[in-house]
Amino acid sequence: MMIDPSLDALTPEMVLFTGSIGLIVIGTAGLVLGRHLFRMLLALAIAEAGVNLLLVLTGFRGGAIAPILGFAPAGTPMVDPIPQVLVLTAIVIGVGVQALAVAVMIRVYRAYRVLDVVQLRQRLESDICDAAGIPTAGSLDEPLGGRPLPPVPAPRPVGAPARRPIHVEGTNT
Amino acid sequence: MLTWISLLIVVLMLAAALAALLLENFVAAVAAVSVVGLATSVAFVLLDAPDVAMTEAAVGAGLSGVVLALALRRLGLWHLDAGSSPTRAMTRGGE
Amino acid sequence: MRDFASVLFTAGLAFLLLVIGSQLAFGAPPMRVGGELLTVAGPQVGAANIVTAILLGYRGIDTLGELSILFAAATAAGLVLGRRRAGGPQDRPGGLVLRAGADLLFPLLVVVGLYVIVHGHLTPGGGFQGGVILAAAFFAAVLADPARALSHGPIVWLEGLAGTAFILIGIWALVEDGSFLAPMLPKGTMGEILSAGTLPLLSVAVGLKVGAELAGLMASLAETETPE
Repeated sequence: MMIDPSLDALTPEMVLFTGSIGLIVIGTAGLVLGRHLFRMLLALAIAEAGVNLLLVLTGFRGGAIAPILGFAPAGTPMVDPIPQVLVLTAIVIGVGVQALAVAVMIRVYRAYRVLDVVQLRQRLESDICDAAGIPTAGSLDEPLGGRPLPPVPAPRPVGAPARRPIHVEGTNT
Repeated sequence: MLTWISLLIVVLMLAAALAALLLENFVAAVAAVSVVGLATSVAFVLLDAPDVAMTEAAVGAGLSGVVLALALRRLGLWHLDAGSSPTRAMTRGGE
Repeated sequence: MRDFASVLFTAGLAFLLLVIGSQLAFGAPPMRVGGELLTVAGPQVGAANIVTAILLGYRGIDTLGELSILFAAATAAGLVLGRRRAGGPQDRPGGLVLRAGADLLFPLLVVVGLYVIVHGHLTPGGGFQGGVILAAAFFAAVLADPARALSHGPIVWLEGLAGTAFILIGIWALVEDGSFLAPMLPKGTMGEILSAGTLPLLSVAVGLKVGAELAGLMASLAETETPE
């Protein structure tokens, strides 16, 4: 059944198909255009939800019931159970991947104190060049050299009681 | 009837997805991702997939939100101040 | 320039997905494998929930693969985050409402989680759903009062034993029946708890493993210190 361009043939699966494509596009755009690591992780979570929705949508059959025996007379058409099995696995794996990404992000933050992609790349490059003993290359964004990188803030010594100040309403950081 | 419900769910899903990427406040963005998971779970119910709906509700709307919110404190992104405007937060780095 | 190329890529991806998707037969899929499984899954496996029958019966080895992926992710996250320093700064405990609510919800969540696991082959549910609910039950108490941390020893032991039980059931089926994870034990009458052979045992193993794994993963996430 191809998609009918007239409006009165708007079926639920067409609406949900558009929604899943929209989620995938929003998630991919967030990943590709993102500059902050945490936003890219949120975009990845959104794209995963869109892909799972698209997979279950391919098994939907109009006018059928869920694939569970015993609740309807034998012989009623049921939706395809195979995409549901695949998506069950994919959802749980998705949360495992997100947890691992969060763990890596916490370590990166502990070491470099920034989560911006461009600044991270500059700091990593300078660290690698220092470790290899070669002079630091100019960054890709400013190949003729630019302003020097601000130093990484020194970690607080063990036992220091100060916490991050509470943000008052209306003031900026 | 089912078409209208699915239309409402899709609009909610896409609005929450856009809000997750455009809001400056990270706590609100994590809450928006949970809303996307919840709307997807309702969409799975509309598609006659109760097992998948249960899993997505438990994982996407529950556990994923908890994991992301736990990360916010450890990443120094947990600010609860009001008055953040959704201005180009996606393509702006830092914070 | 990079942003323009990214926008172009995303627009092209949207166009590609829309065009390919409109060619799919939505609403009337050619269910070649699925249709066959729908007719034979009931008599062959004896479970009322066909999705669980496929997940633990026909495609049991994919479930084993998923359990290993979850195990790898949880172990890697625990390794990356490292152990907590004794006496380091902790989160403040939640208020009275949060702590009392978590204590009251704990038995309810455990009962619901065990019910969903055990009835996985009869009604919608199964190992993964119930396991996630169990993990949430144990973790809600830690969220409310961070001083009452989960001890990692019993969690790791439970996870290992449940995973080993899954594999041992599969090997026993290999020895007895000739194929790994083939459904064993008498099928019984459909609709009772003790039906569908080894499927309830596999559900319990999967549920305990997933629950212990996710609880341990979130506990290790909650225990890392906030860098100041």
